Amino acid sequence: MTSKVRAVFGMPKRLNRSFTVSLMLFALLGVFGSFMVLPLIYAVNNAFKPLDELFIFPPRFWVNNPTTENFADLINLMGNSWVPLSRYIANTLLITILGTAGHILFASAAAYPLAKYRFPGSKVLFTIVILSLMFSPHVTAIPNYMVMSWLGWINTHASIIVPSLAFSLGLFLMKQFMEQIPDALLEAAKIDGANEYRIFWSIVMPNVKPAWLTLMILQFPALWGTDGGSFIYSENLKTLHYALSQIVQGGIARAGVGAAVALLLMIVPITLFIISQSSVMQTMATSGMKE
Amino acid sequence: MQVKTTKTSAAPAIHARPVSWWSLLKRDLYLSRHYYILMAPFMLIFFMFTVIPVAISLGLSFFHFNMLELPRFVGWQNYSRLFLNDDVFLIALKNTLLFAVITGPLSYIACFLFAWIINELSPKIRAVMTLVFYAPSISGNVFFIWLIIFSGDSYGYMNGFLMRLGVVLEPIQWLADEKYVLAIVIIVQLWLSLGTSFLAFIAGLQTIDRSLVEAGTVDGIKNRWQELWYITLPSMRPQLMFGAVMQITASFAVAEISIALAGFPSVNYAAHTVVTHLMDFGTIRFEMGYASAIATVLFALMLGTNVFTQKMLRKIGE
Repeated sequence: MTSKVRAVFGMPKRLNRSFTVSLMLFALLGVFGSFMVLPLIYAVNNAFKPLDELFIFPPRFWVNNPTTENFADLINLMGNSWVPLSRYIANTLLITILGTAGHILFASAAAYPLAKYRFPGSKVLFTIVILSLMFSPHVTAIPNYMVMSWLGWINTHASIIVPSLAFSLGLFLMKQFMEQIPDALLEAAKIDGANEYRIFWSIVMPNVKPAWLTLMILQFPALWGTDGGSFIYSENLKTLHYALSQIVQGGIARAGVGAAVALLLMIVPITLFIISQSSVMQTMATSGMKE
Repeated sequence: MQVKTTKTSAAPAIHARPVSWWSLLKRDLYLSRHYYILMAPFMLIFFMFTVIPVAISLGLSFFHFNMLELPRFVGWQNYSRLFLNDDVFLIALKNTLLFAVITGPLSYIACFLFAWIINELSPKIRAVMTLVFYAPSISGNVFFIWLIIFSGDSYGYMNGFLMRLGVVLEPIQWLADEKYVLAIVIIVQLWLSLGTSFLAFIAGLQTIDRSLVEAGTVDGIKNRWQELWYITLPSMRPQLMFGAVMQITASFAVAEISIALAGFPSVNYAAHTVVTHLMDFGTIRFEMGYASAIATVLFALMLGTNVFTQKMLRKIGE
């Protein structure tokens, strides 16, 4: 009996397991799982609801007559604004791609020496990186603004892209992952006459590809969701997220469009995560904080 | 590593002057030059936008500075004003500590508990459940869905639902009533909080050596709770440390959710946090010295809690 139920739930047989407790734990998982996922399913449903269904009373969860009208409306609406939609998309793509790719490159380059060698200052630098994991960027918001304006970067994309290149969590994860690369591999390359840059680029980097994906999955949603913060004021430099949240704030008449926007904003990072899931897990396993 | 070899093998140096500490350091620096070059881009930006701002913020907290006049040194005055004359700050501090005490441990335990249960599932279901729990934290700003759910009119889902059940007759102004608003922000914060540490836990659980569990069974481990305490938790100590840091930092920094749901400022400051207080003085009133003092207090709180938690976590499985 129990073995059949186990098979249905896809539970592999384990040692020391009481079946009743298993069922209770899975029930717990189910209840909280629905709490997590229902708002997202609701967002998907809403995006396909025609206007009359959005304002039905009492409100319904599922869509009855799905329509793509909301998306068509969104495109129409964006076509009428004086900054074309393509401009917002280009801004967001520029920030996201440069920010993510640059972060992976810079964090890896900095992580390699810290992971594999000891040299004057290496311990101190790594301790500072660890310490900086322990506070939120809000602490530095104001001096950051002063540094930006001193550099003359206010109202440029650089003010979003450049700080995101040196995100301490990325360096930390990359270092933990690189420590697992066998020293013998690096020694062999050295004997063959490769210099440090060559070793980094042709041996270390290809070996940490799963870690790239992890940094990507952490960095991408943050940049994808940026609205320019307090640094970008010009309309034609604003991001897709900013433009779309303007529409959402348009109020009741645009509720359908707002729902379509919500779906568009969440679908991209989630898709990225689904694609990279297994590799991301592999990296996270090595991400221990050193005692 | 390979640096040392040439030095020690430089045989019977009878004539040599004693090698000074400084010249050794210079040699080390020279031999490590490639490492510094590799680290330079990251470290330059990191210092520019993280380390230096923290240092400026610490220094500025002792000044009166409004971006227009030159900073004027005022000593501890900002801090004394903060704790003695600023009632709103005390509300913000109370709310932030509430968040830290409620969402911090709850989200940390939730991250671990769900990761632990999910780990018992078969790989395919495990992948799906991981996505279910992780999706809210990466789906960007979809938390405005919660605005619809807790909308103050009868179109709001919570109101519609409760009215249909007959629990309430009039729609409740969820987000404009100080009785509910903090609780709602806490719920949504919990919904969003299964992020990086959750992933780290799931991955960590998968790397635990199964032979440890078998050995434990031989040594008399009888049920899953003993296995959890004596084998699973100690093997996951590095991930648990990492997760604690991430969750503590996040729970002290609640601001965006509060602003998005409860407004800024929230009704009677019911959902005001240290970070929204910081934004108030920093970006609206331009009292930079005072805002820096708030930031410094927040920094001290985060650091103190982190150090304390790390010490506690060392005791796991003992």
